[in-house]
Amino acid sequence: MFFIISNDKELRVDGRAYDEFRPIKIEAGVLKRADGSAYLEVGGNKILASVYGPRESYIRRLLKPNTGVIRVRYNMAPFSVDDRKRPGPDRRSTEISKIAADALRPALMLESFPRSMVDVSIEVIEAEGGTRCAGITAAAVALADAGIPMKDIVVGCAAGKVNDQVVLDLSEKEDKEGQADVPIAMMPRTGEITLLQADGNLTEEEFEEALDLTMEGCRKISQLQHEALKARYSSE
Amino acid sequence: MMVKELMEELVKLGDTQVIVGVKPTIGEPFGDTPNLGVLMTNCELLPMAAPGFEPGPPSPESIELARVVDRGIRESELVDLEKLCIEEGKKVWMLFIDLHVIDYDGNLFDASNLAVMAALMNTKLPVAEYIDDEIVLSEDETMDLPIRDKLALSTFVKIGNGLILDPSLEEEEILDARITIGVTDEGNHVCSMQKGGEAPLTRDEILDAVHMAFTTKDDLLSYLD
Repeated sequence: MFFIISNDKELRVDGRAYDEFRPIKIEAGVLKRADGSAYLEVGGNKILASVYGPRESYIRRLLKPNTGVIRVRYNMAPFSVDDRKRPGPDRRSTEISKIAADALRPALMLESFPRSMVDVSIEVIEAEGGTRCAGITAAAVALADAGIPMKDIVVGCAAGKVNDQVVLDLSEKEDKEGQADVPIAMMPRTGEITLLQADGNLTEEEFEEALDLTMEGCRKISQLQHEALKARYSSE
Repeated sequence: MMVKELMEELVKLGDTQVIVGVKPTIGEPFGDTPNLGVLMTNCELLPMAAPGFEPGPPSPESIELARVVDRGIRESELVDLEKLCIEEGKKVWMLFIDLHVIDYDGNLFDASNLAVMAALMNTKLPVAEYIDDEIVLSEDETMDLPIRDKLALSTFVKIGNGLILDPSLEEEEILDARITIGVTDEGNHVCSMQKGGEAPLTRDEILDAVHMAFTTKDDLLSYLD
């Protein structure tokens, strides 16, 4: 008796299997002044996240009397992409900032900090596909590093469809040439989804496959977040 | 160059009212897609539509609305952008889709998408030719927009443990989470999705919503006939 093993590695341009990540590296506590910070690399992405707060804010109208609030700024460095990106916020980064705040908020116990603000900054130094999920993953580590009470450490990753096959963690090239992209973020302890987007063309079954693949992937990255935080506090 | 043709559609969903204008102009294609026409979607939440809508630069909410609607239209490839190319690398049709929200009573996503679909299906372009480095527009010959499919956008909100389709203003004001799903009519594909709101969603809730989006699409799209 013999088995025919499908040669999954032929499937993807960079030789990865369908459920294989690009190499990931996470480091916690990389900035001195920030209350919390993290650095994350996944494939060609290089992302810094910082956290200030909970603190008072001069933008009084954003503060709430019964809970703390979180504000996220996602920004791409002008040199992070092939053609120089015009500095400053654009429509894409405004949207990502909004959904990143929505993705991180459910895990935070901000009700302990009324009338205060947590400022999260996600800075994309180099971009190579999947920056929003990587940014959220890094921001969650930075929030933990800042010591903000949390129910869980949010983690993000994406699945997509390339050559009619659902695969994990699209690279930039796969995202451009692929048929669909499904970025998610979740709280791994409960499996609840805090960010969900999709674009492209997926059947109902393929979407379910993609969702399960990302949830499995998130659990793997979650381990790396934990290790990064442990490394930060065990070495000193 | 501006072309006068402008297709406007008003969609009412309950008391929500959205006007969409599609304005075709001729311009240069993007460098990486020299043979494709251009789609641009913009949204204004007019101060007249709700007491909380302020004048000024677009809010994150209006940018999100425009981008979610845009993503559905774009990713479903329902407009055949190749047919909007007049001369490769030089001149293409650019479609500016402007969403004007004039009365906000909930569920702007689905209302806006229906309005955009209706406007696109009724848009006509003058036949354009590229002769001696110049665009010549036909005076009497027009073409319909090359539309290949239809997209239905279905928004659900989670309140407590229930998922509700087509939230009203009152329901949106107390929502825990929101999920919007774009589904193509003929392609039968999920083409766009966006989660919002403060609370998370479970895997089963998401899959339920996706399934319901497929079952409600016929009903939604019947309003376009």
